[in-house]
Formats: sequence, structure tokens, C-alpha cells
Amino acid sequence: MTESIALLTIFVLAAFVGVEVISKVSSTLHTPLMSGANAIHGVILVGAIIVTGSADSVIVVIVGLLAVVLATVNMVGGFVVTDRMLEMFKGPGARKKELHK
Amino acid sequence: MIPTWAQIGYLVSAVCFIVALKALSSPRSARTGNLIGAAGAVLAVLITFAAYKPDHLAPILIALIIGTIGGVVGSRRVQMTQMPQLVALFNGVGGGAAALVALLELDEVSSDATVAAIASAFTILVGAVSFSGSVVTFTKLQELMTTRPVTFPGLPVLFVASILGGLALGVWLVSDPRVWVGVLLCLVGLAIGVMLVLPVGGADVPIVISLLNAFTGLTVAAGGYVLGNTLLLIAGTLVGAAGTLLTKLMADAMGRSVFNILFGAIRGGSTLGAGVASERPVISGGPEDVAILLGYANKVIIVPGYGLAVAQAQHVLRDLVEELQSRGVKVDYAIHPVAGRMPGHMNVLLAEAQVPYDQLREMDDINGDFKTTDVVLVVGANDVVNPAARNTPSAPIYGMPILNADEAQRVIFLKRSMRPGFAGIENELLYDPRTTLLFGDARDSLTKLLGALKTV
Repeated sequence: MTESIALLTIFVLAAFVGVEVISKVSSTLHTPLMSGANAIHGVILVGAIIVTGSADSVIVVIVGLLAVVLATVNMVGGFVVTDRMLEMFKGPGARKKELHK
Repeated sequence: MIPTWAQIGYLVSAVCFIVALKALSSPRSARTGNLIGAAGAVLAVLITFAAYKPDHLAPILIALIIGTIGGVVGSRRVQMTQMPQLVALFNGVGGGAAALVALLELDEVSSDATVAAIASAFTILVGAVSFSGSVVTFTKLQELMTTRPVTFPGLPVLFVASILGGLALGVWLVSDPRVWVGVLLCLVGLAIGVMLVLPVGGADVPIVISLLNAFTGLTVAAGGYVLGNTLLLIAGTLVGAAGTLLTKLMADAMGRSVFNILFGAIRGGSTLGAGVASERPVISGGPEDVAILLGYANKVIIVPGYGLAVAQAQHVLRDLVEELQSRGVKVDYAIHPVAGRMPGHMNVLLAEAQVPYDQLREMDDINGDFKTTDVVLVVGANDVVNPAARNTPSAPIYGMPILNADEAQRVIFLKRSMRPGFAGIENELLYDPRTTLLFGDARDSLTKLLGALKTV
């Protein structure tokens, strides 16, 4: 039972951390933030690999592989698209510099 | 048992995710933050391969490659205006993956591990809701189906029945973890997801994306509990908590409760718009009249809305603003929190047009400035400047914080027609004697304005 308690403790503490790190985000970045957070939950890929890697029956392997594909799309796509958005956020003067090039 | 070094590696990944979310709060550090998050994710995957030594390595690697190609192609091809639906889609597949993982793990859950069984049931049900809900969200935003709220007479009853059925199946699954019960639970979850999003109107869909994002986060956390994997637990919880907070922030920005947004249409259809053009007289002008108003002003505030993005007019708008600035006019952009199709969407769209983010000012920051502003130029926006939100208690948007455009000396609307906005209500500001309307496609109008401005 101690392991359950440890996991529960981690859950509660992580919830507070999640609220805390987001609470000061400017609304300018809400879209990239949502997309970035979206990419992070793509880490379910780890779970998909573990389940598929320990599977014995063909059907479990197939469904597991489907989960791997879906989770990879979530994770890779999420990080790439967030980067694409953030690339465009340039500070003051950045555009001028580009025009002078 | 997971080796200690792998546990420590997972901890490093988790810290990367926390740092990434933290860094995303400032435009300067955001891009680095996202890369740190990606590095954490790659590390986590490598550790998993090394520590668990999974069988079926070749098919798993092929699946990884397929998923990577799909993700990269999807995110490279997407237009910035389509960003909300892409986020919804990525979120949905994540939720679907979590549900599948929990379903496959049911065999491993022994019937005496009650908490793990509850977590499994939660992951399957909510993961399925997130998947189908996101798919419906995607089809609405992509306009593959109507963006209006969809309801049918039996919907509330069926919805409540499905939730009760889902709970009952969940309890069954906890007492007797069988795969076929899990599959049933998954199907019920899919149905709930569809019924949850169908009645939500197009304007409110962004809130739903955020909410489903939080759901997926929590399912990943519960999946982590089932697998005894601390990384999934931490990452999922972070996203769940952050997503919940973000949902609330957005709902506050719209002056509505999350409950009202989700179930408003079922209860009384307040999000349904009239969609009828009014016959009341308005003052409309040509590009030259408007150019004179703008060119000889001291201070101008631009209020961009989704209509700007639909017309792909961000670049012309930026050129117009630069022309005004070169004439010595002080110009700011006023960004309403829900401008665009998801919160912060307008910022992304204007960033794409290379508008420096320090010219984009948030509502609370700029609202005091309208009193001293000569001209407000509203491009493709309507509801976010509608004074009914302040004055008319019966209006559906009553209570939504708005930009105080009505306090300026003059207001110019660039509009395609007199059709009301998303919320479907009349905007009194359009009939105000200080208001001038310039009808036409936003890009056409702005191009003509720019041309006229150079001659006045």
C-alpha cells in the first residue's frame, strides 16, 4: 500500500506544480501553451511502448502498435507545431533586423 | 521492476516538462522551453527502450516512424488559422492512445488492486471521451459539419443515461477487470464524447479543446498509476492541472461558466444566434473617407477579429499600420482574450504576419486608453466590442468583458455585411453616429485603405 500512497503524493504535488507554473502565463501565449501541454501528454507513448513490448498475443500487439502510432503523432506533432508557432513570436526590432538583411 | 537509473532518468524528463511549461509563460523563453520539453520526451522514450527491453522491437520502431511522419507532416502543412483544429486532433489521438493502453493493461490488473482498477476504468472512459470529443471538435472547426449547436429532443436523457451506464460499467470493471467490459466502457465513452461536444456552438468550441486537453492529461496520469510509471503520472497531472486552470481562465475571459458553455444549448439554446441582417440605417463610407480619418488621427487602436484571419488579411493590416506609424500616428493592437478561434489565437496569427508582440496589448492593459483614442479600427470583429455585454442583461454575452471601443472619438468597422457576429446579437455600436462602416472583404478593404492612405 505504501507505493500507492507514494504515487498519490506525487499526483497531488504535481497538480499544485501544474497550477503554479501556469498561473502567470500571459494570454498572448495561451495557444502555444495549450499546444505545448498537449505535446507533453503525448508521453503516454512510453506507456504504449511498455504495453506493446510485453504483449503475448497478436491482437494485443496490433492494438498496442496502434496506440504507439497515435501517441507518437500526439507527441511529435505537438512539439513541432508548438515550435512552428513560437518561431514567429519575435521581440521588438526583430522584424526591422530582418528587413535590413 | 524498473531499475534505479531509469527512475532517475524519468525524473529528469519530468523536470524538463515542468521547466518547459514554466518557460512557455514568456515569449522570450518559450521556444527554448518547448525544445527542453521535446528533449525530455525523447529522453523518456530512450530510457523506456533501455530499461524495459520491449519485445516486438521492429514493429514498435516502424510504428514510431509512421507516427513521427504523420505528426511532422500534419504540423508542417497546417495553416495558422487551422491551428485550433490541429491541437484538437493531436489531443484526441493522445486520449485514444491512453484509453488503448489502459484497455490492454486490464489483463495485468488483479482484482484485489482496487485503486489500479479504478484508475484503469477512468483512463478507458475519459480517454475515449477525449478521443471522440476531439474528433467532433475537429469536424466542427474544419467546418465539415455545422458550427451551430446540434441538439435533438432525447439528447439530455440519452446523455445522462450514458454517463450512468459508464459509471455502472466502471464499477463492474473495478470489481471484475475483464477486457470485454473495458471495451464496452470504451464504446460508452466514445458516445459520451460525441454527445458532450455536439451541443456546443462554434464560438465556444475553444473552451472544449482546452477542457479535453485537461481530460487527456488526467487519463495519462491515471495510466501512469496503473503502470506504476512515475513519469506518466507527473506529466499527465501537470497537463491536467494546467489545462483545468487554462479552461477556467478562458471561460472567465468570456464571462461564462464552463458548465454554461457545455450545457447552455441543451438547457435553453442561448448560444444560438439569429443570423439575420438588420434593416436599420447605418453610416457607411468609402476607403478615402476612412483613410482620412485614420491618416489625420493622433492615436489609433486596431481591434482584430477572426474575420481578419479568414480573409488572410494580417499582412495587409501590418502594412497599413506601418504606413500609419510612418506618418507619426500612434497605433496599438487591442487583443481580446478570445479573439480568433482559441484563446491567444490572434496573437499567433499576427505573429505570423511579423507584428512585434510588444504592439499587441491585452484587454486589461489597453481598456483605459480608449477614452483618449481618436479612431478605433475594428477588423472582422464584432462581439468583443459589443456594449450589450455591459448594458443589456438579457443578451447572451452579458457579463463578457469587452474592449471599450465605444469610448473612442470615432469607430470604424470593416465588415462584410450587417450579419451579427458569432453570438448572433445586434451590436448597438454599429448604429452609433460616431461609427463609420466600410463594407467588403477585409483584405480588399485594407488594400484599398492602404492605397487611399498614401494619397491623403
